[in-house]
Amino acid sequence: MNAPDFSDWLEFNPYAFSADVKSHKLTKALVELTKWHSVQCESYQKILNVLVENTGSVNCLEDIPFIPVRLFKEFDLLSIESDEVFKIMTSSGTSGQQVSKIYLDRKTAALQTKVLSRLMSDVLGKKRLPMLIIDSPSILKNRQAFSARGAGILGFSMFGLNVTYALDDSMSLDMPAIEAFLARHHGSPVFIFGFTFVIWQHFVLSLQKKGIHLPLDKGIVVHGGGWKKLQEQSVDNDAFRHALKSVANVNKVVNYYGMVEQTGSLFVECEFGHLHAPIYADVIFRRPIDFGIAEVGEEGIIEVLSLLPCSYPGHALLTEDLGVLLGVDDCRCQRLGKYFRVIGRLEKAEMRGCSDTYETRT
Amino acid sequence: MSNLEKYVDAFKETFMVQDSDLSDLKYQDIEAWDSVGHMALMATLEERFNVELDIDDIIEFSSFEVGQSILAKYNISMS
Repeated sequence: MNAPDFSDWLEFNPYAFSADVKSHKLTKALVELTKWHSVQCESYQKILNVLVENTGSVNCLEDIPFIPVRLFKEFDLLSIESDEVFKIMTSSGTSGQQVSKIYLDRKTAALQTKVLSRLMSDVLGKKRLPMLIIDSPSILKNRQAFSARGAGILGFSMFGLNVTYALDDSMSLDMPAIEAFLARHHGSPVFIFGFTFVIWQHFVLSLQKKGIHLPLDKGIVVHGGGWKKLQEQSVDNDAFRHALKSVANVNKVVNYYGMVEQTGSLFVECEFGHLHAPIYADVIFRRPIDFGIAEVGEEGIIEVLSLLPCSYPGHALLTEDLGVLLGVDDCRCQRLGKYFRVIGRLEKAEMRGCSDTYETRT
Repeated sequence: MSNLEKYVDAFKETFMVQDSDLSDLKYQDIEAWDSVGHMALMATLEERFNVELDIDDIIEFSSFEVGQSILAKYNISMS
């Protein structure tokens, strides 16, 4: 069996398909991927046998069999021969937790980067821009095994020129580096990238504390990695945007939702604060009680679909995040397809709900 | 310095390799040409040839040989 090839999808604008058109095309692609992985990956086939009661006809995206994302922490799932493995990506995961292992071949890795570049050029324009990374260069020091954060920084730095790190090894502001960067690129658009929590903790709060104001009015901030730590400090998206405006006069702040298990096909925020599914990917919101489909406006567990995973069976995954579908094809930004909001981690909700039945182990 | 000499120099300086290693060198063949090394090489080439490479070209730049045909698209001829 030949591996599916979806490189012709790169010809389209990433938000060009209405939900109807997309559902038809993407269902076909994902059915092909399901078949491919069933043949290539014995463990995946076994998982399907256990998880999926009805392997009957698949007519829409909702019918594609999905597997829980945590399975990549428990099993080595790959659909290629071991000598074709080009890179193994691992998820961050705090101490004590197992990490996901995602096996990539050259073709899958290249397609991930190309799709990411289509999504980023929608945000940054066609040209690569001078880039300020809100992190420490030491994040890339251990080249044999850098973290998910390092891998993310490296992946995005492809869209930058004159890549400059804004923090030093102790995660403090590197003012000489920042000032040199500003002097060199004064008045031109710049790309500012970092993880949401790092930008908040080590950039916004540090600038506030020191009373420094940076003239980044042409800066475009792209950030992701989740809101968990900021929710603990009651910082939401509005507060985040507002703070960046006040410390650095940044007018354009773009959040994204994505995960190492589906690198490349990110869900990027539009100018109205909505996350959008690009043509290469989609989201489905499922009711926790029976995995039925939640309606627009109703909270559900987020299932993510992507046509990129070819070397590992990660094309349809049930995440551990809660979200809500805001609408389809009718966002004011005119991007077609579904748009949504992420509410937070599911485990929190579970813990709260079950605290009186299960003892918490300490 | 000819374009080919500049090109060879960029590889040698970035990866600390010998001339004799270059002709069939591919991305990830040696430890130094990993993803970090790749971006360093791209930055060096952009500076030496005063070009800005397109993202797709950075992705496709998979070997010493392929790189030459990519730079040819920017009117940088090695011959």
